[in-house]
Amino acid sequence: MARSGAAKRVTRMVTVPEKIPIRLTVNGNRMELTVAPWTTLLDALRDHLDLTGTKKGCDHGQCGACTVLVDGRRINSCLTLAVMKEGAEIITIEGLAHDGELHPLQQAFIDHDAFQCGYCTSGQICSAAGLIAEGKAKTADEIRELMSGNICRCGAYPNIVSAIQQAMERS
Amino acid sequence: MASYIGSATPRVDGRAKVTGEAKYAGEFNVPGLVHGYVVESTIPKGRIVRIDPSGALEVDGVIDVLTHRNRPQMADKDDAYKDEVATEKGSPYRPLYDDIVLFSGQPLALVLAEDWETARVAASLVKVEYQKAPHVTDLHTERANAFAIDKPEKPRGDAEKAFASAAVRHEAEYFIPTEHHNPMELFASTAIWDDGQLTVYDKTQGVQNVQQYLCGVFKMKPDAVRVMSPYMGGGFGSGLRPQYQVVLAVLAARALKRPVRVMLSRAQMYALGHRPATIERLALGAKSDGTLDAMTHEAIAVTSQFEEFARNDTGWGNLLYRSPNAKFEHKLVKLDVPTSCDMRAPGAATGVYALECAMDELAVALKTDPVQLRLQCYSDRDQGADIPYTSKQLRECYREGAAAFGWDKRKAEPRSMREGSDLVGWGMASGVWEALQMATTVRIVLTANGHAEVATAASDIGTGTYTIMAQVAADMLGLPIDNINVKLGDSTLPQCPLEGGSWIASSVCNAIANTARAVRGDLLKLAIGMKDSPLAGAGVDDVALIDGKIVSRRDATRAVSIASAMQSGTADRITREEANKVAEDKSHARNVHSAIFAEVKVDEQLGVIRVTRVVNAVAAGRILNPKTAHSQVMGGVVWGIGMALHEETLFDHRFGRVMNANIAEYHVPVNADVHDIKVIFVDEPDEMVNPLGIKGLGEIGIVGVAAAIANAVYHATGKRVRDLPITLDKVIQFN
Ligand code: FES
Ligand code: FES
Repeated sequence: MARSGAAKRVTRMVTVPEKIPIRLTVNGNRMELTVAPWTTLLDALRDHLDLTGTKKGCDHGQCGACTVLVDGRRINSCLTLAVMKEGAEIITIEGLAHDGELHPLQQAFIDHDAFQCGYCTSGQICSAAGLIAEGKAKTADEIRELMSGNICRCGAYPNIVSAIQQAMERS
Repeated sequence: MASYIGSATPRVDGRAKVTGEAKYAGEFNVPGLVHGYVVESTIPKGRIVRIDPSGALEVDGVIDVLTHRNRPQMADKDDAYKDEVATEKGSPYRPLYDDIVLFSGQPLALVLAEDWETARVAASLVKVEYQKAPHVTDLHTERANAFAIDKPEKPRGDAEKAFASAAVRHEAEYFIPTEHHNPMELFASTAIWDDGQLTVYDKTQGVQNVQQYLCGVFKMKPDAVRVMSPYMGGGFGSGLRPQYQVVLAVLAARALKRPVRVMLSRAQMYALGHRPATIERLALGAKSDGTLDAMTHEAIAVTSQFEEFARNDTGWGNLLYRSPNAKFEHKLVKLDVPTSCDMRAPGAATGVYALECAMDELAVALKTDPVQLRLQCYSDRDQGADIPYTSKQLRECYREGAAAFGWDKRKAEPRSMREGSDLVGWGMASGVWEALQMATTVRIVLTANGHAEVATAASDIGTGTYTIMAQVAADMLGLPIDNINVKLGDSTLPQCPLEGGSWIASSVCNAIANTARAVRGDLLKLAIGMKDSPLAGAGVDDVALIDGKIVSRRDATRAVSIASAMQSGTADRITREEANKVAEDKSHARNVHSAIFAEVKVDEQLGVIRVTRVVNAVAAGRILNPKTAHSQVMGGVVWGIGMALHEETLFDHRFGRVMNANIAEYHVPVNADVHDIKVIFVDEPDEMVNPLGIKGLGEIGIVGVAAAIANAVYHATGKRVRDLPITLDKVIQFN
């Protein structure tokens, strides 16, 4: 890991910022970590906490693969700096199943074959959990619209919609 | 016991994927991991005059900066860089090899740091000075320099003469722009160097291809390099050839003697390879009875300056439509871009798009229903090779597809169907692809407790290979599917071809069947060796493995359990490795077919196009798993929607660079773009194509879809748009 200590002037343009200790609650576990201010929540999860279930598909807020739940709301973790989430409650795909029992959305995604390569899937499922909590989407068209921030290049969309409908009915 | 083959078995890797446990190439966080970030060229052509890494090297946490000047040694012969799918002609690109810039986005340096953010910021401090050379990136301005390449399709009769004297003619050019695969997973490699042994986790569709390539490039012994890819976040062809990040990761791991990860950014992936921009010219001449008399199909496609990449764009008409006179030509234009590469149904997605739009235009000219025209011209033979098909249920695809869609309610006249402020259009097209098999070896290890491991060096790029392997093995070994453990994505496993071309299902499953037969033979020998064996005298094909037992096919009461047979022979495991048999027989054509029907609604004022319904009726032999098969074809349809309406890599030709190298401005379909998709599998038993009758599904789903949509847009609006994608600006002036 990069040396910490006082901010160091490197060139005329860039200084390497000092790392900052932060606390996060991730999937119910209190975590303490030291991250640079420019580390995104996504990289903190993947590289610092080894929670690689959250995916990186663009790093620019364009694909939704990195969607996680922060204090119950779905966000793109690549667009959020970890230090901004001090004290927040974060749920990732690894935190949805309980005691080996899948979350209804996870089961519904398997039942409806709502993925192929699986790379968008964590983001789709977390996003769907957020969507259901928002309570706005009622019809298939509304689900499609409100899930359009999550790209699936494998094209599993119709099955994703069916899976979400199944989970909605059962929740 | 119920058969798994043909049943809608849920994916065996489903749980790993919905829980986040499945690990992809860039997710192996080994201790001491070094992070690499690529510095890429900002010009499309020229030389590096000076490259100055000093700014980067001053950054705290930076370990090194590799360039062509200080990199470890690499092979200096072209052959070392030729992977399994390298083009025949040309010199493969060599990453970080010398000072020559061949395309924009070419890697020029690799910054290595203790963490990723540091590597990234340091990469921005590497200074590069270029000597620019004049470049060309526009197919349209360069088409005069196109040169013809050898094509297998021979001309028949005199297509030009027949066209000139045809009662009804249609001639037009169609255009497909450059497209990029954009798999969701970013290209990444993790290279772990351990005292001369190299383990690489790579995003690839072929672990053995990458392994052999790395051995060549780095002059390493085969047993010193192991390439793994247990999961792949989408490939679509982009992972067929080894990509440059794997070379960089290995270079760095060798230089530092530390584990290194190189993950590309989304923007950098636009320099990896692409579906070539292609101009397709069709000239169709028909007799007044609506049968074809002349067919000419010419393609002009992009390749790089250093390799000649070409696929079959023009031969598909030979498979679909009877025409006594035919002519085909394939030309290439060399541009200062990366070499084009395979992208879902390479050649067919583009060529059949043009062919099927042209057939629609011919139907309009003939005042014939588009389905009717296809039936009138239907070919029962592959006219190129002049041979019949092992099977071809395309007529049934038209029939079942049309019925499910309600095609008989279509009004022929364009702009004649409406719904509120929307113009409604119905279009259709045919699809065709190959049904190939490649040499593949599978190993089965059966243990006395009734569990089996089934292994081959395949990749599962999302297609469902894990699942169909488990299904076929479970049936062939007579075991519950939960007792089957599938191993793939590891170059040390038995030989397997690349995951591409729709050949994996047929190749791997037929190899499983042969290996299982060998296992059965061993079991039978043990069973016969038992005292008073009920199977005495039986041959390997007289028995089957059912419910954990070796059972006589003639008399099910004569059976021996696998466990007792193995016990009697004191064998705790049986290990067998066998290959499939790839047919040498060239007396029949092996193809898969489809008929696609699409409905679009076009807002008359705004020109906004929505694809509201698609029916894709596919004849692809035996369907191993209706659930995953449905997903594959549905995914292909979604790709067809993208191709028709959204996808286009835009260049600024003044700079020779891609302008929309991100996944917001390069549009791919999102959930709201996709509505009702119905997939039909037409019954097509075929014991000739291969013993299990499997034809493969990876490509066929996309073929023809863009044409069906384009034809529907014409039917809705009366406006024929021939250059993809059909964006609203192209249809808006239809009044
Ligand atoms: S990785 Fe965050 S939106 Fe794509
Ligand atoms: S499952 Fe592959 S991108 Fe969605």
